[in-house]
Amino acid sequence: MSSITDIAKKRILILDGAMGTMIQRYTLEEADFRKGWFEDHSSPLKGNNDLLSLTRPDIIKEIHSAYFEAGADIVETNTFSGTKIAQLDYGLQDYAYDINFQSAKIACEVANEFTIKEPNKPRFVAGSIGPTNRTASISPDVNDPSFRNTSFDELNEAYQEQINGLIDGGVHILLIETVFDTLNAKAALFAVNQVFESRAIKLPVMVSGTITDASGRTLTGQTSEAFLISMSHFPLFSIGLNCALGAADMHPYLKTLAKKASFLISAHPNAGLPNEFGEYDETPEKMVDQIEFFLKDDLINIIGGCCGTTPDHIKAIAELASKYSPRNQF
Amino acid sequence: MSILKEFKGKYKYKWDELPFMKLSGLEPLVFSPETNFINVGERTNVTGSKKFLRLIKEEKFEEAIDVAREQVEGGAQIIDVNMDEGMLDGEASMKRFLNLMAAEPDISRIPVMIDSSKWTIIEAGLKCVQGKGVVNSISLKEGKNQFITQGKLIKQYGAAVIVMAFDENGQADSYERRIEICRRSYNILVNEVGFLPQDIIFDPNVFPVATGMKEHENNAVDFFKATRWIRENLPGAHVSGGVSNVSFSFRGNNTVREAMHSAFLYHAINEGMDMGIVNPSMLEVYDEIPKDLLKKVEDVLLNRSANATESLLDFAQNVKGSAKQEQKTAEWRLNEVEERLEYALIKGITEYIELDVEEIRQKVAKPLEVIEGPLMNGMNTVGDLFGEGKMFLPQVVKSARVMKKAVAYLTPYIEKEKGGEKTSKGKILMATVKGDVHDIGKNIVGVVLGCNHYDVIDLGVMVPSKKIIEEAKKHNVDIIGLSGLITPSLDEMIDVAREMEKNNVHIPLLIGGATTSRVHTAVKIEKELPSSSTIHVLDASRSVPVVGKLLGNTKVDYLNEIRSEYEKLRTYHFNKKDQKSYLTIKEARTNKFPIDWKNFNSTKPNQRGVFHLHDLSSKEIASFIDWTPFFQTWELHGRYPRILKDEIVGEEASKLFKDAQEMLNHALEKNWLEVEAVYGIWEAHTIEDDIFIFDEKDELLAVSHCLRQQTKKSSKAFNMSLSDFIAPKSTGIKDYIGAFVVTAGKKIDQIAKKFEEDLDDYNSIMIKALADRMAEAAAEYLHQKVRKEYWGYTEEQFSNEELIKEKYQGIRPAPGYPACPDHTEKETIFHLLDATNKVGVELTESLAMYPVSSVSGWYFSNPESKYFGLGKIKMDQVEELSTRKKVDLSVMKKWLSPNLDD
Repeated sequence: MSSITDIAKKRILILDGAMGTMIQRYTLEEADFRKGWFEDHSSPLKGNNDLLSLTRPDIIKEIHSAYFEAGADIVETNTFSGTKIAQLDYGLQDYAYDINFQSAKIACEVANEFTIKEPNKPRFVAGSIGPTNRTASISPDVNDPSFRNTSFDELNEAYQEQINGLIDGGVHILLIETVFDTLNAKAALFAVNQVFESRAIKLPVMVSGTITDASGRTLTGQTSEAFLISMSHFPLFSIGLNCALGAADMHPYLKTLAKKASFLISAHPNAGLPNEFGEYDETPEKMVDQIEFFLKDDLINIIGGCCGTTPDHIKAIAELASKYSPRNQF
Repeated sequence: MSILKEFKGKYKYKWDELPFMKLSGLEPLVFSPETNFINVGERTNVTGSKKFLRLIKEEKFEEAIDVAREQVEGGAQIIDVNMDEGMLDGEASMKRFLNLMAAEPDISRIPVMIDSSKWTIIEAGLKCVQGKGVVNSISLKEGKNQFITQGKLIKQYGAAVIVMAFDENGQADSYERRIEICRRSYNILVNEVGFLPQDIIFDPNVFPVATGMKEHENNAVDFFKATRWIRENLPGAHVSGGVSNVSFSFRGNNTVREAMHSAFLYHAINEGMDMGIVNPSMLEVYDEIPKDLLKKVEDVLLNRSANATESLLDFAQNVKGSAKQEQKTAEWRLNEVEERLEYALIKGITEYIELDVEEIRQKVAKPLEVIEGPLMNGMNTVGDLFGEGKMFLPQVVKSARVMKKAVAYLTPYIEKEKGGEKTSKGKILMATVKGDVHDIGKNIVGVVLGCNHYDVIDLGVMVPSKKIIEEAKKHNVDIIGLSGLITPSLDEMIDVAREMEKNNVHIPLLIGGATTSRVHTAVKIEKELPSSSTIHVLDASRSVPVVGKLLGNTKVDYLNEIRSEYEKLRTYHFNKKDQKSYLTIKEARTNKFPIDWKNFNSTKPNQRGVFHLHDLSSKEIASFIDWTPFFQTWELHGRYPRILKDEIVGEEASKLFKDAQEMLNHALEKNWLEVEAVYGIWEAHTIEDDIFIFDEKDELLAVSHCLRQQTKKSSKAFNMSLSDFIAPKSTGIKDYIGAFVVTAGKKIDQIAKKFEEDLDDYNSIMIKALADRMAEAAAEYLHQKVRKEYWGYTEEQFSNEELIKEKYQGIRPAPGYPACPDHTEKETIFHLLDATNKVGVELTESLAMYPVSSVSGWYFSNPESKYFGLGKIKMDQVEELSTRKKVDLSVMKKWLSPNLDD
């Protein structure tokens, strides 16, 4: 099986689309989030999507399959909130490892099935490492701007646990995504380093930041170039952008990254901006129109979708991307 | 004696194959050969600044942060932070200070240098910065192993590093020791740690000169030579140094110290030093150092003569004590009067304008020449800068104010002369259409066009089409511009277009304002005026190029371009429409938003009936202002408060914000923004889409007829109507509804008019924009009171920001907005509240509220209630509604035409 690095030289890699949007299509109840694991848990668990890898792996596997079917080379594990920090809200901080291990395991099972079926198109699994719900750079207390409700050390520890779970479960890639606070992401990279060193292994690491609005900055105020510089101490597989913006609005910032970065470039935009119902309703056709501008500008090595995107979107994106060659890095 | 035997010329960077060193705060800092020298602010260092130490010790962190801010404002490109003092908890102080700096975007935009001789403090600091900073410093002092460990960690934390020329045997004090230690350190870092060579910065130790000791005489020379050697021999590595050390022997004699710092820097930079810790206030400009002093200073630095030190010490006695004089008279006032005029126009300064205009008037033959010459030149520059995006709308409006004042001053002289004809590029008639009272946008466009030498005839607000046609004919104008904010204005615009066609006014028609759009213009308005052309103008900044093209010689091409563009839009619009599928209103009703009424408990309001509030505190309400839309009014886009720090518009946004604050305070003091409010809470239930509203005696007061979405939804979405949020009659639940009208605009017209009479459009627009914000703030304030007290269905504690994000339970939709676009429902609210009598807000024939700065709406308290957009509806619903409301179908159709898919 050729390595992902080799494949990336030859063609544009396709990442999957939204997990949450797909989960919404199954009308799940509280019981689905508890089944077999948390029947007696004291607080409500509905909405904690990462748990479904444990309680309804059938659904998660079905979603992974749908994305592979649509043409994705890489699917992300269902672990966006799989740190003990994010799980603390549900009182499930002790299950972070299990979530990551099981999520990675089931995603890899699906990937293997597809790779066996189509050996000339090997499929990969990226361990999704989300930003957590806390930020190391912003004070949640208006009266004390020096206060923080998490720390580099706490994040580092939580991320190490997550990364160990993902690697034990078999992921091929690590994807630190939806970076709204670069300091959180720096802690994640620090954790990656520590885990790689202690296990004496190396995996490709992708980083994907989030530009929050038209100001062109991350939530913690960095410009896209400053964000790139702050992540460049690690030999990344790729750097890119996801979430918050649709493809059209992401374009200028992606351009900056593509111009300045010495890594591969990834993008997984939302299906447009949320409408008045908070739904993402950009159609595959419209999204592909926008993404074609990326490809025409030679910006992309890895492309997929974030909030609101579905297998239909990924299918359309994959078809389009097959007509273009990947951004030439050097 | 000189050691720098051969003059090598300025160091030229030779490692082009390596990437540049890149650092970051919120913004990037790239060390390219062109950056030449990066200066590091040093005042936030407890070992170097007594004041800063005191502030930290006394925990006066706010003042300490000001020290950091001064550094950045003073031009520091990196900020050094040092907390090495025995009495301080270094780690805690470092952490706290860096966290505080992170909360100040104007400081944290530059990279941080974490400065400590203690590793634990450095590590604590590294854990607090999101950007890529610099560690200052590590060295081989404690041996190779520790050096490697620290190097690895710094790499993993993502920072550059300063390495001191220090090893197990002590600090390097000769040229040879310096290069030996630097070479060894470099090799370990690059080969064994894997550190990026371009991220290594050496500090080859700046030691004092002129100490009187022989072994110190060559200190500066050795530094210079080591610097050159490092830059020539260690690929990519940089050199930095703490400059003030060199002049240590001259403490108390700032003249000599400043000269010495400059001379030292000059030579060090020449040898390749590209970064340094410098106190900019302790620096003389190299070229301005008196020649005799410079010679003696350089003799010492370069160790050029045997008695250099004695000679400088002698000389120093004489120059002691002289201090730099600050000159801060407004320098621009010293320029030629033409330049002053242009400066005043660009900067929007009215203070001296009459003085300057008078001065020029006396110089020229005709007063008109003042306008045609310097004033026009100045305004042309303003126009160009605005066009290039280098000036922003608030600045342009201020420039216009200066221009108007200048012209007003000259007008009597010009009239006396009777000589000149007015130079005008064209006449443009502007109006806000019938039924609409909103004019901020129109006024801005008027000002911008005026600045560009167009004659603007402004008919004001609520102008009927008949009057527009008459005035256009009377003044023989070249273009008509229409503006409107509320949706009924769209129909009025169609009417104006029709009248223009009928009355043979075949000139271009411009359409602008918040509810207008290119699509609407193309589909609905343009076809009414086939003999001429109709163009949608997005915002004020587009108005000038559009008008320019329409009155220029490329007019025909431009119009063809627009026509074919609009044709495309129309085709697209009609094709798109076919794809949309709709439900009948009856079908839509079966897919209503489901609320589990069985488990629903309504909160009985603490008050019922109608209440009038007139002693509201404007000050308190002002704290509820959402500033983001205020900036949008001025075409500055971005979210408050971040917009104040925006790379492009930040500076102007800050100025505008300052002006706004001043005006707001003034207005509050003068009670210009008096707020009045009336609200009511009643019992209610729904039957189908109608909300029946009752008083306490169960008498029906009114029925609110709600619209329902009709587009076909995916399986998980519903066809919403506001009536879904009130319990149906069949449930037997006692549910409630509220409504309100607030105004902050009762005095505004009069005040704005005064400003306009004073030729001050800037402040006229300002007070109107503020009044709009104030009305919204009052609505937000009242809503909170209603939620927490008057109705009392929640106990919430939200910040202003969270309020703006509408995190609370319940909604306050306004008729005319997306959830209930039917403006006629305003009449229901006004009737229920007797609002016109109580708070003096009237409804115009288009159902706009007057005074303008007013807000009205319904209150829904259901926890599941939320905002939505109605979208397009079909004729069957309009027909049904006209029956329910007992209003003529044609009337109903007119009001709902923007939403009607026909």
